[in-house]
Amino acid sequence: MDLTPHLPALQVVVPMLAAPLIVLLKPRGLAWAGATAVAMLSFCIAIAMTIDVLQGKVFTYQMGGWAAPYGIELSVDAFSAVLLLVVSGAGALGMLAAHASVDQQIELERQPLFYSAWLLAMAGLIGIVVSADAFNIFVFMEISSLASYVLIAGGPDRRALPSVFKYLIMGTIGATFYLIGVGLVYMMTGTLNLADMEVRIQEVTELNPLLVAAGFITIGLALKAAVFPLHVWLPNAYTHAPHMVTMFLAACGTKVAIYVLIRFDFLVFQSALPGHSTQFASFLMPLAILGIVVASAVAVFEGHLKRLLGTSSVAQIGYIVLGASFLSAAGLSASVTHIFNHALAKGGLFLAVACLACHYRDLRLSQLAGAAKTMPWTAAALVICGLSLIGVPGTAGFISKWLLINAAMAQDNYSVLLVAVILLSSLMAVAYVWRIVETLYFGSTDNVAADGATDIIREAPLPLLLVTWLVALANIGFGFFPQLPISLSSGAASVLLGQLP
Amino acid sequence: MTPENTIALILCLPLFIALGIVVAGRFSDNLREAVTLLGASALAGLVWSLLPELMAGERPALEIGEVLPGLSVAFRVEPLGMLFAALASGLWIINSIYSIGYMRANREKNQTRFYVCFALALWAAMGVAFSANLFTLFLCYELLTLSTYPLVSHKGDPATVRSARTYLGILLGTSIGLFLPAIIWTYHLAGTGDFTVGGILEGHISGADVGLLLGLFVFGVGKAALMPVHRWLPAAMVAPTPVSALLHAVAVVKAGVFAITKIIVYIFGIDFLFATPSSGWLVYAAAFTIITASLIALRQQNLKRLLAYSTIAQLSYVVMAAAVLKPLAEVGAAVHMMAHAFGKITLFFAAGAIYTAAKKTEVHQLRGIGRRMPWTMAAFTIGALSMIGVPPTAGFVSKWYILAGAFQADNLLVVFTIIASTVLNAAYFLPIIFMAWFAAETPDGPDHGEAPWLMVFALTATAMLTLAFFLFNGPVIELESQLVRGGIQ
Repeated sequence: MDLTPHLPALQVVVPMLAAPLIVLLKPRGLAWAGATAVAMLSFCIAIAMTIDVLQGKVFTYQMGGWAAPYGIELSVDAFSAVLLLVVSGAGALGMLAAHASVDQQIELERQPLFYSAWLLAMAGLIGIVVSADAFNIFVFMEISSLASYVLIAGGPDRRALPSVFKYLIMGTIGATFYLIGVGLVYMMTGTLNLADMEVRIQEVTELNPLLVAAGFITIGLALKAAVFPLHVWLPNAYTHAPHMVTMFLAACGTKVAIYVLIRFDFLVFQSALPGHSTQFASFLMPLAILGIVVASAVAVFEGHLKRLLGTSSVAQIGYIVLGASFLSAAGLSASVTHIFNHALAKGGLFLAVACLACHYRDLRLSQLAGAAKTMPWTAAALVICGLSLIGVPGTAGFISKWLLINAAMAQDNYSVLLVAVILLSSLMAVAYVWRIVETLYFGSTDNVAADGATDIIREAPLPLLLVTWLVALANIGFGFFPQLPISLSSGAASVLLGQLP
Repeated sequence: MTPENTIALILCLPLFIALGIVVAGRFSDNLREAVTLLGASALAGLVWSLLPELMAGERPALEIGEVLPGLSVAFRVEPLGMLFAALASGLWIINSIYSIGYMRANREKNQTRFYVCFALALWAAMGVAFSANLFTLFLCYELLTLSTYPLVSHKGDPATVRSARTYLGILLGTSIGLFLPAIIWTYHLAGTGDFTVGGILEGHISGADVGLLLGLFVFGVGKAALMPVHRWLPAAMVAPTPVSALLHAVAVVKAGVFAITKIIVYIFGIDFLFATPSSGWLVYAAAFTIITASLIALRQQNLKRLLAYSTIAQLSYVVMAAAVLKPLAEVGAAVHMMAHAFGKITLFFAAGAIYTAAKKTEVHQLRGIGRRMPWTMAAFTIGALSMIGVPPTAGFVSKWYILAGAFQADNLLVVFTIIASTVLNAAYFLPIIFMAWFAAETPDGPDHGEAPWLMVFALTATAMLTLAFFLFNGPVIELESQLVRGGIQ
């Protein structure tokens, strides 16, 4: 039997069905092994689909054979493929590396539940990406959100509870806004299928409900995506979550919301609402710029390693939104490439954080002084990913910054200002990454409370360290051979811009 | 073997040497040193084997791959890069001989790491030398910084690590903060960053922007140590002396001035810059650095720090010569890189020999040391005379060309700066020489002779090179006159 046409469905179904089964696996290690196998399988499915998508194929799948617009439709194009790679890659590599870190942070008897929630979060995020139906996107969004609330609160840090409560409130508001918007569009067009919506929305004559819908959907998703100034839930949630969860969510959590935001806006609203593209750009561009500058500046003065990296994520989300707000093919493909590259850089950084956390319980910078002496490999991987975050040539981060700067130069208005913002924030990234490097390599070890002596080499467990290095090397690899993300993202840009006049 | 393969081999060999050193280091020290020496000789042989093609006017090139459209990793051998590569690889042999003597006599720790990082630094230096565009240059430039960091912090005590931090911070900060934006700007203006004879920026940029872009480049290349981004160089003097000698008198600092010269000649183009008034500030900045650094050197008591400030001044000679923007001065800049390398490596070798034999690091301790270490101090004297520019030493040749270029451009500031700096150089070197040879030794000092023979051999060799370059500089001049369109008239 040829499974290829069923891959989009399997991509969601496999982790989702595996999740409840994992709970049943009681013996130590087996739950982890099962979850890892499922996550890896999911990653392989994503890779298989990406190979086909690179050859120009677009997957569409009718659930149960019911044709759209009545049945549920799944579809995978170049844009979805990038996100699928990111989500399933982060999920799978995270699982692969997670064992030691999870052992350290989650009680043994709750581990199967944790792994199950991980798979559910993964299934939810993947579901959002493959759905071609606005309501299903909402359903999967709820699945992924609920699972990630559980994941974040699952660690030993009690401060995670207020953070996750804040995240829950904000996330629910965001999802509700999205649902209100979808309801309004449904009211006007009578369909929930995105492709169908695109066609029918042209016939709508009363535009006011659509305008309101666009407002609700944009704000709701911006909340989910932590676009400045709706980002306040993010730094705390990232800081207090278990380390592997932080890594997983930082690599792909918010990016999926941006995916929906971009997809909805470009495919549905911009063709229907006159002048909407300008509104979209002039609403999001200032927010993106502010986010980039303010969050970078805050990160420079942040004292806790995880919060520093979380704050930097807000700035990086700004880059993604900024590229999209250019409304040009160059800008969009820079944006989509940055989704991929930032997942690599930030994922690698948080993996290194998880390594550090094996021996340093307190991740405030002041407590990490001299950590490079005890964990030289971890520190080196952290430096490589940090360079990628800055955007130094030879790393993946440089590619997306380069594309973004080129796209900004091609803008008619404010091009110099935009480039200046990008360069300025890169300098601020130099500053905050340097602070980490300086602490790890040059900090004095006098008042550090590490577990044990600070002058012998005690690295993180090998699987964790190996995955960290794999990601770090991928940062360099995609810095020299960026063809994969670039061809996918230019494919994505042409799909999205096909709707613009 | 085709020249392309030779380039590929040159760019791979140091990595194999590093690997070989790691493996050999497991077995015996002698084997490890043999790998270093053999590797260095092979590298130098390969680099020098490219010379005939280059003299014949060919420009062998090697493209590794295109990262993004217009942005490729590529290498190309041209006269300036050849000079730098030949210099660094050739002196690496002598430096390895010296290192063996120094590291063993001073019982330094982690010697395998030292030799591995040295090979990696040379690898990056070869990349810098042969890079065909700004992007490749930047990659290798950063590699050079990172691979030399463990060498600077070799000792590992808090004071050393603090200095190494200054080293890394300034070099990385300037390159990412200034150099990289300049590169991006250039690519955006010209659509390319390839080093092209005559420059690529003409017609794409004008007015004050030219001066600004030049500033981003010149201060972004922190390795050139133009004030105020010079502080990393004195800080780097905490490194073992062989590192100061090869890297901070030759490979690293020359990578800096080399990059600036290359950018002025091949990116801006000297005719374009000469016609653009906003680029004129560079001569003043370089002249200021020369005079100021010389004045600071005058007040130094620590011999290595004195040499570091002298290096800062001498590097600015190259920048100033390049900024004169006349063909003769460009040749002078290239020749000065070579002349200064021979002289300064001799001086550092001598300083290291004095430290090894007598544990003396300060200038005032050198009274009468010439009678105990005649070979070392003779070499030191030759090196110092070359710094001053006295015939028959190498320093005279390059000053001659720089002055000729200055007269071509009627730039009296340059002439004046060179005269003043010559006086200052004499003022801080001659007393040392006089004291070493003629002053009476302080009683109850340690009883010592020359340093180990390997070190004496190395410093004698470089001193000989300093003298020989005065007489046999024809091929170098001939090669470097291909730098500019139409050559030197």
